[in-house]
Amino acid sequence: MISGFRLIPLALALAFGLASCGRQEQTGTDSADTVRIGMAAPLTGPQADIGLDIQRGTQLGVDDLNAQGLEINGRKLKFELLAEDDEANPAKATTVAQKLVDSKVAAVVGHFNSGASIPASKIYADAGIPQISPGSTSPRYTQQGYATTFRVVANDDQQGPAVAAFVARNLKARRVAVIDDSTAYGQGLASTFETAVKAAGVEVVAHEHTTDRDTDFAAILTNIKAKQPEYLFFGGIYSQGAPMAKQMKALGLDVPLLGADGIQTPKFIEVAGSAAEGTYAAVPGLPKSQMPGGKAFLDKFQARYHKQVELFAPMGYDAVFVLAEAMKRAGSTDPAKVLPELKKTRYDGVIGPVEFDDKGDLKNSPITINVVRNGKWEVQEVVVPGAAR
Amino acid sequence: METFLQQIANGLVLGAIYALVALGYTMVYGILGLINFAHGEVVMVGALVTLAAIKALAAAGVPGVALLPLGLALAMAVCMALGAAVERIAYRPLRNAPRLAPLITAIGVSIVLQYGAVLIWGRGYHAYPELLPTAPLDIFGARVSPAQLIVMAVSALIMAGLLWLVHRTRFGRAMRATAENPAVARLMGVDVDRVISLTFVIGSALGAVAGVLVSINYSVAHYQMGFILGLKAFTAAVLGGIGNLAGAMVGGLLLGLIEALGSGYVGDLTGGLFGSNYRDVFAFLVLVGVLILRPAGLLGERVAERA
Repeated sequence: MISGFRLIPLALALAFGLASCGRQEQTGTDSADTVRIGMAAPLTGPQADIGLDIQRGTQLGVDDLNAQGLEINGRKLKFELLAEDDEANPAKATTVAQKLVDSKVAAVVGHFNSGASIPASKIYADAGIPQISPGSTSPRYTQQGYATTFRVVANDDQQGPAVAAFVARNLKARRVAVIDDSTAYGQGLASTFETAVKAAGVEVVAHEHTTDRDTDFAAILTNIKAKQPEYLFFGGIYSQGAPMAKQMKALGLDVPLLGADGIQTPKFIEVAGSAAEGTYAAVPGLPKSQMPGGKAFLDKFQARYHKQVELFAPMGYDAVFVLAEAMKRAGSTDPAKVLPELKKTRYDGVIGPVEFDDKGDLKNSPITINVVRNGKWEVQEVVVPGAAR
Repeated sequence: METFLQQIANGLVLGAIYALVALGYTMVYGILGLINFAHGEVVMVGALVTLAAIKALAAAGVPGVALLPLGLALAMAVCMALGAAVERIAYRPLRNAPRLAPLITAIGVSIVLQYGAVLIWGRGYHAYPELLPTAPLDIFGARVSPAQLIVMAVSALIMAGLLWLVHRTRFGRAMRATAENPAVARLMGVDVDRVISLTFVIGSALGAVAGVLVSINYSVAHYQMGFILGLKAFTAAVLGGIGNLAGAMVGGLLLGLIEALGSGYVGDLTGGLFGSNYRDVFAFLVLVGVLILRPAGLLGERVAERA
């Protein structure tokens, strides 16, 4: 990998990173009653759809909170969202994390990519600021020993095995192949899936790798086809998953694709077209329609943004309210006082009951398996943890 | 055996795409000694303009068969104008500057074009319509789609056309003269500025074709698609001998084959020690090996260092 060419993306990243500094000036006044909540996600790049979705959900949460009017110690608080773009880039993630810390945010909702959340978490931990990720599912994120890491989404230790259980029990598969996209997210997902599916007595005939920038998978798919799997599991996101589904059909690898939340978006179907049919994808949490606050949230979101919820907007929304609940319990917005309360907070959100275990992972998060039928994601089955193992 | 043939077919399709893009790099390098890093972005613009044109034309009721030729023609026109403008605005003022200046400018142009595309088309992935038949054909047990055959045929045709242009026409002679020594060419009555400008225009038109073919083959288009493709194509051009048209074709096909066979067989041959994630490593190892043995690339001639 050591080659002059590899320096170019770095140079570009630097150039653009520098260019975008200084663009977002602080507008909020530093009145004692204004509470800043940070948010970070990829707002540009191939994953911008997901990041902007989170931003919308979080912004909606902050606005609703302001409309409800949270009072602590008789002082009415005004919440303000500082949204930052981490470009799904680990290096940029640490830069924006530092920027948020320097802006004295009370807490951070973010980041989305595990590869971004993990390096950023050290900066938040050093500053003692709670970080609630709406979408990072790598188990490592909460296993670093920081008291500040939380998430409102199931982790891959739960997602991967849920798909594995579904494949082994419901689909009665005997031979599966695995591809990961070499990111923290994709690798984590693929390896937990592989471990669980092997434990269930299913043979893993191949494990291939690609990257999160490739669109040509012909070579690895050809190799996999020769090993005759019945299902292909992909740990990665839709921007690779959709072309992969098409190329599978083109190469005559006519087996269903399996994946997780990264491919379960409307864009996957839009890009893959008819090749998307029959694809299974696990999604943390209940189906949007089955979420306790689902219908009301979807309506509100639609009315405000005239856009559909992609996936993680409800998590961003709930993260804001969980923080507010912990602040209420602490009687303060000081992160040092909020942090211990956050561990004890139980809040009934849009996604269902939110409660953290001692590591900061979500307790009892159900996982939904979806399937593409007639060009739409449909709910196939809800797998509850415990039963998944 | 069937798998092996399929991997060869995969490699040839990938290689034909690299070769087509590599031609754009090698033409400009051949004449100016400049690595035009913005060429990958021209490819991207070609793909996205065609997509936008097709959507607009389809909405206006233009029949399906005419969509691709019309969209492509428009994209070629836009890219030709873009290529001429980039050359005029960004490169010509730096023609006598130290070599590093135009190189950095090229990277700058690449960023400007990428984020210009973000402003126009947004950041998401766009689904590309199936404009060519995709039902796979069986050729000796390897599955190849008609779209992929067209990719290979178009690459070969364009390559042949370019060789004819450079070696058999009056304009081609002016190109070669400019490449050899611009100052002397000017004294001999060659309009050097015009030759260089036209080289960019032709290269950009080819870029537009490449962009459309790539997008049809992978059925996606997005603002970053030109970047990695550009780097790979540039690698292919260096592998084949940058500045040499046939070298771009050879380098592209070779790189495609190395990638396909590398990621297809390395895992099995090394007992899982190296997986398909080492694909790029092998491509670059081959590049380094070739450059050690033949610094000018496979088909490159040993030429005196340019000023």
